[in-house]
This record gives sequence, structure tokens and C-alpha cells, in this order.
Amino acid sequence: MSTETVEIEKVEKKSEPLFSKKNKKLISNPLDIDNPITVQILGVCSALAITSQIKPAIVMTLGLTFVTAFSNVFISLMRNGIPSRIRIIVQLAIVSVWVILVDQLLKAYVYDMAKLMSVYVGLIITNCIVMGRLEAYAMANKPWPSFLDGIGNGLGYGIILIILAVVRELFGSGTLFKGFPFEWHVFESMGIKYQGNGLLLLPAGACILLGIIIWVQRSINGYRETH
Amino acid sequence: MQTKKGDYNVRQSNLYIILYSAGLTIFCGAVLAFASISLKDKQDVNIALEQKGNILATVTTLEEGANVELLYAKRIRGFVIDYNGNEVPNIEPSKVAVASEYKKKPEDRLLPVYEFVNESDSSKVEAVVLPLFGYGLWNNVWGFVALGSDFNTVRGVKFAHAGETPGLGARIESEEIQVRYRGKKVFENDNLVSIVMMKGEGKNYSDDYHKVDGMSGATLTAKGINNMMKDYFGCYAKYLKKKTSALN
Repeated sequence: MSTETVEIEKVEKKSEPLFSKKNKKLISNPLDIDNPITVQILGVCSALAITSQIKPAIVMTLGLTFVTAFSNVFISLMRNGIPSRIRIIVQLAIVSVWVILVDQLLKAYVYDMAKLMSVYVGLIITNCIVMGRLEAYAMANKPWPSFLDGIGNGLGYGIILIILAVVRELFGSGTLFKGFPFEWHVFESMGIKYQGNGLLLLPAGACILLGIIIWVQRSINGYRETH
Repeated sequence: MQTKKGDYNVRQSNLYIILYSAGLTIFCGAVLAFASISLKDKQDVNIALEQKGNILATVTTLEEGANVELLYAKRIRGFVIDYNGNEVPNIEPSKVAVASEYKKKPEDRLLPVYEFVNESDSSKVEAVVLPLFGYGLWNNVWGFVALGSDFNTVRGVKFAHAGETPGLGARIESEEIQVRYRGKKVFENDNLVSIVMMKGEGKNYSDDYHKVDGMSGATLTAKGINNMMKDYFGCYAKYLKKKTSALN
């Protein structure tokens, strides 16, 4: 369990700076010691599903960060009125509205992006990180810290996604940044004939890789599960 | 603290919960309905533009930032025909919903045709682009096929899909698969043969006008594509034959 679940905003002083030490931690903690994927083990499903290339990983990171941040703000604003017996449904409704709004706006203004996102929009709604942050943080904290918490967790999710995607794309298909204008065929450009590792392209390969990342990170941080 | 506790109890009452959820539903519904209606025009423009881009992409290479609208107006002439190959007047081809025509019997379908005309002489048809629609493994597949001026040889295809498996069937969207159709033929001595994507990948079918190399692991998607092609070439057969015999 994250330490933030018990952290409830104290009666704070009148003018806390926007980026106080505590608020900065809301961004930096999820990047490492409280990472949603490797420490809280949330959002693993999508982390395995969409990381075979870097491009979708980046798109998903942006989408999730946006949705988590703004859903956090809304739930935080509504937190004193939400009946606790139906709070999960209320959270889900808010998340869905945001996700659909984002999708509609993309379709109207950046159509290419919308086509790329379409598969992942559903994944954002069901992503455990969004609901997890709403339930664990936004329900008990003010809008601004909630917003930062959303951004932090979105980026923390994104870091792991991009690490996974870089390794999988490089060793799975021998390219980097496929689908971008600066697409790079790494091995070809070095004159090496590389047979891609098919396991890394499958979700199973990603699962093994994620396990290794968790192992390395925990042994560096000395993190232990508490029972 | 007393009042807080009172508030809390009110928030647990059934009446409050019912009113709250009703209010939330109405609010969310209103927001989404408003967004959907106010953005629809812009979205439709994008969809229409994508359609035009797809039609053009089957016959020519669209450069980055090319003016699709202008090129389309200049080079594409669209009209609608019926199963017997006769032109149906007064219907905009872009207004024909291929997805809903697909559900009708082939004989009853309205069939849009897009002619790609010569740049300087607009009476000279360089290619015809025909829309296709069918069902893959999981969901609908669709696309366009362009036939050259002999109304038989494939000049280019463009496929899209709603839910084929990423990395397997979804590859029909990629250029790598679509170029395999170039130069293939629909008819053999006036008989409709269509083009078949074979099972398995990596074989060379360059000497066979009616077969293309398959996609490994996506035989069922390929089957859907094959059915779609056969179905729609069948619909357009009379029209295409008429055109071919006019050539000779």
C-alpha cells in the first residue's frame, strides 16, 4: 500500500507556496520510490499491452497523465459531496467523461492523433492508476495537490512504459522511434543483420522485463513489501 | 465536529444518493451531448478529408502536406452506379454509406465509383477507385481498390479495419502488405477470378496474377479480405466489363 493513503491534508497555513517541498514530492515520488507500476503494481495490464513500440507508449503516457490530473482535480472539488457508498461509480463517471471529451476533441482538432489513440482510450478508463489515485489521494486532498499527484503518477507510469518500450522495440524489432519522422533502424545502420527477438514483442516478454525492472529498482531502493 | 458528522449522515441517506446520482448522470450526459453536437461538424470535415486522402492514396503518392482537397477536386470524378453498371443520377458518391449498403443484397446496393482523370485532359480516365467493405476476423474491414485504365489491373489498394489483432491481422493497414496487390488482375479472359491472399508468408507469387503472399498468423483476416474483394468485384463486374468492352 502506498504511504499516501494515510496522508491527509493537515490544516495548512494560509499561503503555502504552489511548489512547496511537499508538493514537489507529489511529482517526484511517483517517479521512483512510489512508482505506480513498479511499487504499487497498478496499471500493469496496459504496461504490457502497448509497449512493443515507443510511439504508442508516449501517446498513452500523455493521455493517462492528462486524464489522471484532471479527474483528480474534479473529484477533489467534489470530494465533500460524494456519498461514500457510491463513490467508485461517481469516480468512474468522471473519468469516463474526461476520456470521452479528450477523444472527441482530438477527433475534431487533431484527427491523426485521434486515430492513433482510439485503441487506448478504453484502456485509460479501465486503468487502475486513474481509479487508484482518485480513491487514495483526490478523495482526501485539495485540488492543487491532487492535480500535481495526477501529473506525477502519470509521468511515473510513463517512465516505466518508455523504458519497457525502448528495450522491447530495440531488441524486438531492431528499431527505435518507429512511426516518427526520425525513425532509426539501429542495427541496420550499423551494418549488423539483426533477427528480432520475437519473445520481446509478446506481452509475456514484457512481463519478464517488467519483473527485472522491479527487481533492480527494489534492490537499489532497499524497498520491502510490508505485510 | 458535530455538524460535520451530521453532514456525513445526510450523505449516507438513500434519498441523497439517488438525487446525487441522478444529478451526476444528467450533468455528465449534458456535457457529453453538448461536446458531441458542437464538435460534430469539425469531425465530419476530418472524416471526409481522410476519405478523400484514402481515395487518392490508392492511385498516387500523397506527399507530406499535400493539398488533398485541391487535388481531389481536380483529379477525382465521382458518381454512383447500380449492380447492372448503370449510373444512378443525382446521388453524391460521398453521401453513400458503404457500411449500410453492405448489409443489402449485392443486387440492391448503391455503388460509388471514383474516376481518377488525367491532369490535362479530364475526359481521359487513368484509373477507377472502388470502395470495398467486409468483415475480417473480429470486426469490419474496408478500403479502396484502384484499377488501372484497362479496368482489370490493380494499381493500388488501401485497407482499414476496426478491430483486427495488432501485429497480425492489423497489418493489412500497412504499406508493406498493400503493395503486394499492385499489378494483380481481377479478370481472366472475361471471367471474374478476383485476388486471393494465400495462407502463409514469404512465398513468391509474382508470376500469378490472382494470388498475393499472405500474412503469417492472420489467415482469417486474409480470408475476410478475400471475401470482401470477391463480393465487391462481383458487384462492380458488370460495370467493369462494360468499360473493358468499350475499350476494345
